[in-house]
Amino acid sequence: MNQKVIGLSGDEAVAYAVKQCNVDVVAAYPITPQTIIVERIADYVNDGEVDLEYIPVESEHSAMSACIGAAAAGARAFTATAANGLALMHEVVYIASSLRLPIVMAIVNRALSGPICIHCDHSDTMAERDSSWIQLYVEDAQEAYDTVIQAFRIAEDPSVLLPVMVNLDGFIVSHTLQDVSVLPDEVVSEFVGKRQVASIDVAGKTVPMMLHPDNPLTFGPLDLFDYYFEHKRQQEEAIKAARDVIKRVNEEYYKISGRRYGDGMVDSYRMDDADIAVVGLGSTMGTVKEVVDEERSRGLKVGAIRIRSFRPFPVDQLLEELSRVKVVGVLDRSGAYGAPGAPVYNEIRSLLYDLDKRPAVLGYIYGIGGRDMPPELVKSVIRDLENALEKPPETKVEFIGVRE
Amino acid sequence: MKKGWREVPIGGICWVSSTEYKTGTWKTYAPRIDYEKCTNCGFCWFYCPDGAIRWNGEEKPKVDYDYCKGCGICAHECPAKAITMELEVK
Amino acid sequence: MIFEVRWHGRGGQGCWTASTVLALAALSEGKSVQSFPEFGPERMGAPVQAFTRISDKKIRMHCNIYRPNAVVVLDPTLLGRSVVEGLVEGGALVVNTKSTPSQVKSSLGIHGVKVWTVDASRIALEVLGREITNTPMIGALVKATGVVKIDSVISAVKERFPGELGEKNATVVRRAYDETVGE
Repeated sequence: MNQKVIGLSGDEAVAYAVKQCNVDVVAAYPITPQTIIVERIADYVNDGEVDLEYIPVESEHSAMSACIGAAAAGARAFTATAANGLALMHEVVYIASSLRLPIVMAIVNRALSGPICIHCDHSDTMAERDSSWIQLYVEDAQEAYDTVIQAFRIAEDPSVLLPVMVNLDGFIVSHTLQDVSVLPDEVVSEFVGKRQVASIDVAGKTVPMMLHPDNPLTFGPLDLFDYYFEHKRQQEEAIKAARDVIKRVNEEYYKISGRRYGDGMVDSYRMDDADIAVVGLGSTMGTVKEVVDEERSRGLKVGAIRIRSFRPFPVDQLLEELSRVKVVGVLDRSGAYGAPGAPVYNEIRSLLYDLDKRPAVLGYIYGIGGRDMPPELVKSVIRDLENALEKPPETKVEFIGVRE
Repeated sequence: MKKGWREVPIGGICWVSSTEYKTGTWKTYAPRIDYEKCTNCGFCWFYCPDGAIRWNGEEKPKVDYDYCKGCGICAHECPAKAITMELEVK
Repeated sequence: MIFEVRWHGRGGQGCWTASTVLALAALSEGKSVQSFPEFGPERMGAPVQAFTRISDKKIRMHCNIYRPNAVVVLDPTLLGRSVVEGLVEGGALVVNTKSTPSQVKSSLGIHGVKVWTVDASRIALEVLGREITNTPMIGALVKATGVVKIDSVISAVKERFPGELGEKNATVVRRAYDETVGE
């Protein structure tokens, strides 16, 4: 496969992928724990290792606005942020997706203030979960590298045309150096190609969907009750179409790299005969897989499902896998204060409602503000789920790892 | 009958240049230039936020009523007080 | 089998660099690795930690290290009972100190672990002219545990610090490796 293995942190792996992806414009503002991504890309530009326009902006709101302008002009645009930076960007995050611009953004997941905290949880991206961006959560630095490359293909697919967030856990992935296999530049370059601008049918002619003097188009005009609803309806269709594209790109990437992540939507681990499933996002699921191996060796039929694509939600895969188990434990690294449970739990419990025979679904909120999730805590969850095999509770959503 | 969501171009994109939108229809008051008073200084041309004053530097400026939204900035800035805002009669 | 190392030093002494160079040495031997600092704000001179994981199989564990196989102390002033917290039975405590291993054992009152010592500060001063003890302590750790080959460390050091600095650091690693004693 002609790949070399080098030591990269998650942030460095993202920057390395961006360098290889024929990106035209990067506009970004540094924020912990994303800073290394921005610094490395700036190094690449400064050292002449990549030919892209780097726009140092004065805020994240401007970063996304610049990416929107660049993408509307036909450029391949990338940015990265975290937590409060993403929150400041919120307004324009929605504009990027509603203008159907295939921007790729790495989010280094960090707890939203306040109180101010720089460590990992998923509250920042969960606040954007309904923005009609595709959200892919990765497990480690290798997957961060691989997923950034895939993200451009997914975003720019003519059936999708939506921006993609690649989410990696702050510090746990972003600042941990690990062995990362990287593809040769030309292989990645060929895989992602140059950005092909989609065509759009307007007023009886087909024109490139971009700002160009030869074919004047207006991006972002006033859109009231006469058309706004139709445009939002289209976004739902586009993000649904992304399911097949994510799966296809996962397979095509496997052909060039030898790596794939489940079917692209979910990464199932030892689920074939499982009675118990532990479901969650991100790096924690690696630890869960280790614990699953240990529990399996003592005879407990437990498996893990890592949701890789939270948006679009892997409806079919989860229905299929979870209809065969008796107990589901859902791990959430963010709260949904005042809701029945946390974001992932709420989705899964709602999804399973239509099944004739529903498994018990138990929710666990963990790791808020970067609180560690050691194997012992995962084991305590699995003990709890094992007990629920005998006697499932009515409902259960519990905070774990918090001091009582 | 307007088109359904399957037919409408995506992204809220409009199929014409913004020059096709005659925003001049928005105005309530329209600027009138008194060419007796006008000194051809070009302030109105500089200040107009919509680029709706046509001026080549030689002939005296003209208001492009297709795009003038009637904000009145030109009248406010004119040092010769040559511009007055008059109620549009439609 | 995962081998886990915890590094104790002070901000600015290069704790994370030591952890990373060890990881890169292991990576060059085809191992799966992780190297991460103690997450959080850093200050010059404040006690800091760094962590290394090394495994033959792909590492999936993404959490702190609680039960290290080896603990390395870069700064003698940090040597106290807290540095051996969680160290596995039979694990290695590797310390930069002028004291002998038995003196360290009795002063800390610890049993069931093997203690290795080296006067890394002196070696660093002699060779580098500065008391930077991160690279010598990699040599000491390798002597104590054999977790990687010393040649892999020397190559990784030369790659990390190109030119004369790399040569000097390689010398430091080799000398510390040779001078480390344990019991």
